[in-house]
Amino acid sequence: MGLEPVKLGGQLELRGVGKRFPAPGGDLEVLRDIDITIAPGEFLAIVGGSGCGKSTLLRLIAGLEQPSSGAVLLDGRGIAGPGRDRGLVFQDHRLLPWQTVRENVAFALAEPGGAQARRTVAEHIELVGLQGFEHTYPGQLSGGMAQRAALARALVNRPGVLLLDEPFASLDALTRIQLQQEILRIWQRERTTVVLVTHDIDEALFLGDRVLVLSPRPGAIRRLVQVPLPRPRQRGGAGFQELRKVIYREFFTDEEVLMDYVV
Amino acid sequence: MSSNRPGATRLAQYLLLPIIIAGGWELAARTGLVQNTLLPPPSGVLAAFWNLLVRGRLLMHAAASLQRVLAGFALAAALGLGVGIAMGTSRAGGRLGDLVIQVLRPIPPIAWIPLAILWFGIGESSKVFIIFLGAVFPIVINTLEGIRATDRHFVELARVLEVPRGRFVRQVILPGALPAIITGLRVGLGNAWVCVVAAELIAADKGVGFIIVDGRELSRTDVVIAGMATIGIIGKLMDVALRHLEARLVRGRAAYSGE
Repeated sequence: MGLEPVKLGGQLELRGVGKRFPAPGGDLEVLRDIDITIAPGEFLAIVGGSGCGKSTLLRLIAGLEQPSSGAVLLDGRGIAGPGRDRGLVFQDHRLLPWQTVRENVAFALAEPGGAQARRTVAEHIELVGLQGFEHTYPGQLSGGMAQRAALARALVNRPGVLLLDEPFASLDALTRIQLQQEILRIWQRERTTVVLVTHDIDEALFLGDRVLVLSPRPGAIRRLVQVPLPRPRQRGGAGFQELRKVIYREFFTDEEVLMDYVV
Repeated sequence: MSSNRPGATRLAQYLLLPIIIAGGWELAARTGLVQNTLLPPPSGVLAAFWNLLVRGRLLMHAAASLQRVLAGFALAAALGLGVGIAMGTSRAGGRLGDLVIQVLRPIPPIAWIPLAILWFGIGESSKVFIIFLGAVFPIVINTLEGIRATDRHFVELARVLEVPRGRFVRQVILPGALPAIITGLRVGLGNAWVCVVAAELIAADKGVGFIIVDGRELSRTDVVIAGMATIGIIGKLMDVALRHLEARLVRGRAAYSGE
């Protein structure tokens, strides 16, 4: 398969990013003072409870929202809106039900017609392991397969940045683990910058170079954890469990009693 | 043979009620429960129907009515889809058309007949106009509502992927609205067929409506009912045709069809 190496780039900088939404009885502060630089090719996992603003953070990078304060930069330039230089996978697969897998993947292309487009689409369907299902409609796919198709669509423009918004949250545990391994394989091959939002600490530790822990309401950086473990990581390994404890502690600082249960 | 049984069962379920109605009706007429001049038995209607058919008049009249319906419906579909899409995809367009559509829509097409005759005479144009009026509003309204029901998530997806507006309308908006659009076309076609008969009852020298008027003047209730039955049958056939069109056009979706 002739996938060319990805162009260098995909550096993300968040500088003092804050986000408020207007709400009755005063603005709702969702994110406060987020400062982080994500290197080209890095895999950053963001974990936090529901309502901590982690999805909003991803939407800011995607350009679907604008920060209320601070700036989000991609390769040094401010992000003004959505663009094909960033691929996005939603929690729901969001495939068009009236298009086949192949048509759904081609939907992302600027020029969906022509031999080059057909080749690119075929390559990415193969990349996510969906060859043979090109002409299948989303309604006939399992949840995991639909999410694979969504991944192919997010990657087909060869974006410098891949944004994953809890992409495996609605899948069963086995499919989730399978897709985590797939993501890892694809990332190691494409060397795209990946930002993954999740509420699953194991998932964050299995995949991320670093894990950003967000505090709830407003979301602020509570801790940035380096994950120096070699891949593929063993979920039962001592280092993995040690880091898992560190992150759990960030969530349950006031509820030490839970430690016995989770560890 | 046993492989045919589900099909045979379905056919039986389909025909059961019509057979019961026709049987009861025939019985009521035969036993003198109803006067034959007021309600002739189905066998009498069938005979009148056959008589109309073999003398060639029925097909000629049906063709005349069908031609009017197709002309009025084609106009209504072209204008209705255009206006519905314009109103659905543009907020300003939606506001612009809303009052006019909502005020004109409740006026029954038959109420337009005096003006239609005044403007277009008693020829074909006035009938086509009435049919157009009957068909156009359901097409506009259903197209508009189908478009407005587009999943916001898909709108966001198109934004993320920077899909140009033309492709967005063709690949997201219209396929999503297609079931509603086809419902609008089906209701519109049904209305068109109702309107052609209404228009022909007023003034016509051919058409299925004319058969009914002619039957009434000759006090032939069997001919009147045969004409009515023709209307029903052709209406059903047109609906079947549109359903087939829907099955061909709507892709990737399965709907509930009862248990």
